[in-house]
Amino acid sequence: MIFTSAMPVAAHERPVVIEVRDVAKTFRVPEHRVDSLKERAVHPFRRTTFREQHVLQGVSFDVRRGEFFGIVGRNGSGKSTLLKIMASIYRADRGRIRMAGRLAPFIELGVGFNMEMTSRENVVLNGVMMGLGRREAQRRLDAVLDFAELAEFSDLKLKNYSSGMLVRLAFAVMVEADADIMLVDEVLAVGDASFAQKCLDVFHEKRRAGRTLVLVTHDMASVEELCDRAMLIHDGEVLHCGAPADTALRYFRVNFDAPADPAAPDPTGGVMDVNVDVVDAWLEDAQGERVRNVEQQTPIRLQIALRARRDLDAPVIGIHVVDALGSTVFGFNRRLTLGPGEEDRVPEGGRFRVGGTIENPLVPGRYFVHCYVARSRQQGDYALQRLRLLDFVVFGIDKGPGAITVDADVQAVLESGDPVRHREAS
Amino acid sequence: MSAPELELRDVRGPSALGGGWRRSWDLLFLIAVNDFKRSYLGTALGYVWSLARPLLLFAVLLVVFTEAFNLGERVQSYPVLLLFNIVLFGFFQESTSAAVGSILGQESVVRKTQFPRAVIPLAVVLTALFNLGANLVVVVVFLLVSGVGPFATWLLFPLLLVPYAVLTIAVSLILPALNSRYRDTGILWTVAATALFYATPVLYPLEIVSEKLQHILALNPLAPFFVLARKWVIDPSAPTPAEAAGGAVWLLIPAGLFVLTCVFGVWVFNREAPRMAEEL
Repeated sequence: MIFTSAMPVAAHERPVVIEVRDVAKTFRVPEHRVDSLKERAVHPFRRTTFREQHVLQGVSFDVRRGEFFGIVGRNGSGKSTLLKIMASIYRADRGRIRMAGRLAPFIELGVGFNMEMTSRENVVLNGVMMGLGRREAQRRLDAVLDFAELAEFSDLKLKNYSSGMLVRLAFAVMVEADADIMLVDEVLAVGDASFAQKCLDVFHEKRRAGRTLVLVTHDMASVEELCDRAMLIHDGEVLHCGAPADTALRYFRVNFDAPADPAAPDPTGGVMDVNVDVVDAWLEDAQGERVRNVEQQTPIRLQIALRARRDLDAPVIGIHVVDALGSTVFGFNRRLTLGPGEEDRVPEGGRFRVGGTIENPLVPGRYFVHCYVARSRQQGDYALQRLRLLDFVVFGIDKGPGAITVDADVQAVLESGDPVRHREAS
Repeated sequence: MSAPELELRDVRGPSALGGGWRRSWDLLFLIAVNDFKRSYLGTALGYVWSLARPLLLFAVLLVVFTEAFNLGERVQSYPVLLLFNIVLFGFFQESTSAAVGSILGQESVVRKTQFPRAVIPLAVVLTALFNLGANLVVVVVFLLVSGVGPFATWLLFPLLLVPYAVLTIAVSLILPALNSRYRDTGILWTVAATALFYATPVLYPLEIVSEKLQHILALNPLAPFFVLARKWVIDPSAPTPAEAAGGAVWLLIPAGLFVLTCVFGVWVFNREAPRMAEEL
């Protein structure tokens, strides 16, 4: 059977080029680091105690040839350590990794340059390091310098380069190594816009050439744009591995879905105006647990506890949801809901509660809840002060245009096209 | 068209000499040549500067030891011997003292690439070897001007240089391996290297110290190289290492230390190599 680029092999039929099985890595962090012989000599019998830091605990996955594979996770989740183990910089404590083909790593924004050498020397050295012969590496030199747009600086020592130039050179070395597998850690986060675009162009070109890419990043947009599959690592374990959009959503969940930290300072602390004290204000999830953040399209459950600082006669409470730019996205007013025989007033020192569930059309971003309390509707009093109650993040992957997402029953259909002429045209 | 099937190979992590001999050799050679070029071509007086250190040391020591200790009269061709010994010991000293911090100094390379770790200290030794070659040219000129030699035994000198370089390599592997764990290895080594400088027959030939001390000094694994080098290069009538040690049997101790150092060097470096990137 003959495969052409127009008829690509189905992804799941392509051979596995990276096979990671049950990889674990523990760093032993000394509580009291003995890193000198002197300390060892002064305290010869002191046992160094170690805190074991389980950075990776049994990670397994496969990457197939030509696949662009994203690894995402929060800082300290172990994703960079995993990449370093794959690049043979660290050794795994347990597990097995197998790879097919030549490897080009791009780690911590570099490929391991010696600052005392010129870029010319570094590029040749790096080529050899990535497995090229000395002549071959010499031949690639010009291509690398061209790509990095640094030909005129080729005899300058790297210590005199700007950080942007260094990243460009490092990336060029990685690209021109023409490896079968590229391991890339956070490249798109740096450099100017044109460099980021160049990186993306290169990645697309490499994809067409059937190369394999493992990309470690925080940037969900690039994961969704570039990757065929993505894996979420959290606390050294694989939480999810699948479609990039799915993984990105779960990434946002582990980032923002953490329960409210009880030790964190009360966001409403000290907020008051002449009419009321804010006793407490929080968001909660469906189970009644306090949360700081809300997933897109999930109802916002808001609770506010207030205490009157003076008699409030027929008070009106206004709630506004304000976006990061300060514009109010939506708002509403409420009066006290009265039971039979209850008076529409709150005596000084009396407590009342505003709470409930709000539909959530907000697009991902940071928002604030503001509240206005007017003392007496009858006397035409207005709210004297805005109370900043809390801020929260709406997370999700459907950015969309505008400030809110709405359900729209709208279809696009072909109206009166001439099907015959249309067919001839094609 | 189907791409050729690539075979899955185990990724074993970093090591002392991973990725094949060919690659390690290429890297080693490139680094050493770059270093050498930098010190010789980087400045107009590059070669002069690299000679200046041994020559100045030589001038000072020559004055002290001929004027104060009268060695010039007691030892045949003392000035040439002194210069030759300083250059020879300089190779060991330069290699080992640069090797101690070499892994730390190449942090960016070690942390970011699958670089065969042993190449870093080995390149240091190779660079020092190039320097030794350059310095020996001056020594030869000095020898001929002083009317010493040429002797047929000069041709044997490379035979001596090989085990001497091997010992230097072994020490240059031990030091950075220890230094990645204990950061004051470098400081201790500067003291130890100085002590070794005086414990090795560099400034003086062995036979001028008391017989008891002679036997002790001859245990130093560096000593036989200097004794033999003197006999082959400067003074064919000088004692052989066996004579200097007081019998061939006594040579077993420095020989044993030599083997021990080499075995320990390879073992300790191999043991530390996989973790070096983490210790930085």
